[in-house]
Amino acid sequence: MKLPIIGAAALVAVLIVAAGPLTAQSPPQDDSEKEIERYRQMLSDPFSNPGFLAVDRGEVLWAEKRGTKGVSLEGCDLGEGAGKLEGAFAKLPRYFADADKVMDTEQRLLWCMDKLQGLDTKEVVLRRFSGPARASDMEDLVAFIANKSSEMTIQPQLSHPKEKEMAAVGEALFYTRGGVNDFSCATCHAEEGKRIRLQGLPNLSVKGKTAQETMGSWPTYRVSQSALRTMQHRLWDCYRQQRWPVPEYGSEALTALTVFLQKQAEGGEIKVPSIKR
Amino acid sequence: MIKVLIPLTALLLAAGSANAQERPAQAVIDAYIKSTFGKASAEWQARIKPDDSLSVCNVTRNNPSSAQSDEMLKRESARVTYPADGKFLGDWKKGYQVANNGRGGQFSDPAGTVAGGNCFACHQLDPKEVSYGTLGPSLAAYGKDRKYDPETIKDAYTKIYNSMAVVPCSNMPRFGVNKVLDEQQIKDVMAYLFDPESPVNK
Ligand code: HEC
Ligand code: HEC
Repeated sequence: MKLPIIGAAALVAVLIVAAGPLTAQSPPQDDSEKEIERYRQMLSDPFSNPGFLAVDRGEVLWAEKRGTKGVSLEGCDLGEGAGKLEGAFAKLPRYFADADKVMDTEQRLLWCMDKLQGLDTKEVVLRRFSGPARASDMEDLVAFIANKSSEMTIQPQLSHPKEKEMAAVGEALFYTRGGVNDFSCATCHAEEGKRIRLQGLPNLSVKGKTAQETMGSWPTYRVSQSALRTMQHRLWDCYRQQRWPVPEYGSEALTALTVFLQKQAEGGEIKVPSIKR
Repeated sequence: MIKVLIPLTALLLAAGSANAQERPAQAVIDAYIKSTFGKASAEWQARIKPDDSLSVCNVTRNNPSSAQSDEMLKRESARVTYPADGKFLGDWKKGYQVANNGRGGQFSDPAGTVAGGNCFACHQLDPKEVSYGTLGPSLAAYGKDRKYDPETIKDAYTKIYNSMAVVPCSNMPRFGVNKVLDEQQIKDVMAYLFDPESPVNK
């Protein structure tokens, strides 16, 4: 699959200009937001979204025989049966009896790498977030798996007691304040139409369209970071802004928050990988 | 362990709202927090341990009962330290730097980072500055509109030093209490709000 890389570079340039200095006369947010929206629409052609490169890399990784056991991930059960990818992401996080745990996509992948492939997950976790000279297996695999649920709806799994606990704890965590600024998720994400500096803040405290569009657009290609990012990275970055300690990758509180956010976003359409500022 | 649990359960019942009923036991929530943040240093752990006021804000989702509010105002007011020299206003130009600086307190900040007040993240201040947030009210012309009244100046100092001494469970950081800003930084940012020469009042 050939991608117009020049197109991506041009987009970066345009977005930088759009986010640049604004004149006092123009309503600040609207201008840059509109520009970004315009380019987002131009990019609805999937072949110009660099996030699809990650999908392709993920597809290769999924089928590659790796680890001490020399097998691929094709035997991994993401909730819909071993190797079944269609619609699996739409129902994650969910309870897995074999692990006796509620897991999100990343946690489940790490579990399969460890148990199925005998792969050194420490090394994989070190590369959890890609950088200029560092590929991330996790980002690529999640992009591939999530893409297999594109155009499906978000279906939070809340029948098992542990899934119910996750949703309730996630909701409590959303309102838990701390850090030197006393921030919680709700400080920034519980009111309509607010912004921090010029960045619009989605209200995730209520069910509905905003939550649906937000959750239905992850994983996403972040133009400002030139990288595909998953919800694990988004929550890591928000806890950073919240002035909390570094959250452990693929850990309980992050999964709980994700279950809660999926609940808020129930029925939303998944369109991934998307592209964002 | 049990000893810790009882007062929290009591708190939970005291709140008595529909939200609080769905809230899992604090011990359950704490186990999740430990799983995700347990490896952080003791200093970081201390930062996310809620004090008495935050515990109430967390359980009631920033809607404390009137009794809880009274208690909180009393407790938080006692935590405000006023300048020994009785002067509330510093240098507005330095105050602008404090208001404009959003660094500090993030795990990505290098050691020794000077923290700012990040006021622009939530407030309009200088009306000519277009990059401002809306989580808090506009503070444009703040001093001018209040005729630089000395009582108001003292109240604003209290607010910035400890927002919860004024509004229980305020969403505004408690800059003095949490040692984000020192006394001089607060005086400077105060001057940015109250100096007639400050762009805020132009
Ligand atoms: C200090 C403010 C702040 C706090 C606290 C905060 N966030 Fe965010 N959040 C942001 C900003 C800024 C963005 C990015 C908006 C943008 O890029 O347009 C964002 C984006 C997000 C997004 C993605 C939105 C999208 O449209 O793709 C999610 C989901 C999210 N936050 C969840 C959370 C959760 C859960 C918490 C609590 C752990 C949290 N945030 C805490 C400021 C915050
Ligand atoms: C996270 C957002 C946030 C930040 C950062 C913030 N504030 Fe606030 N501020 C608020 C909110 C919300 C209110 C209104 C509710 C309240 O009074 O607690 C407020 C209220 C105020 C008021 C009282 C306004 C009135 O009603 O008269 C002053 C003064 C003020 N802030 C000054 C500052 C200064 C100075 C800074 C930077 C050092 C700052 N704030 C940083 C959110 C914020």
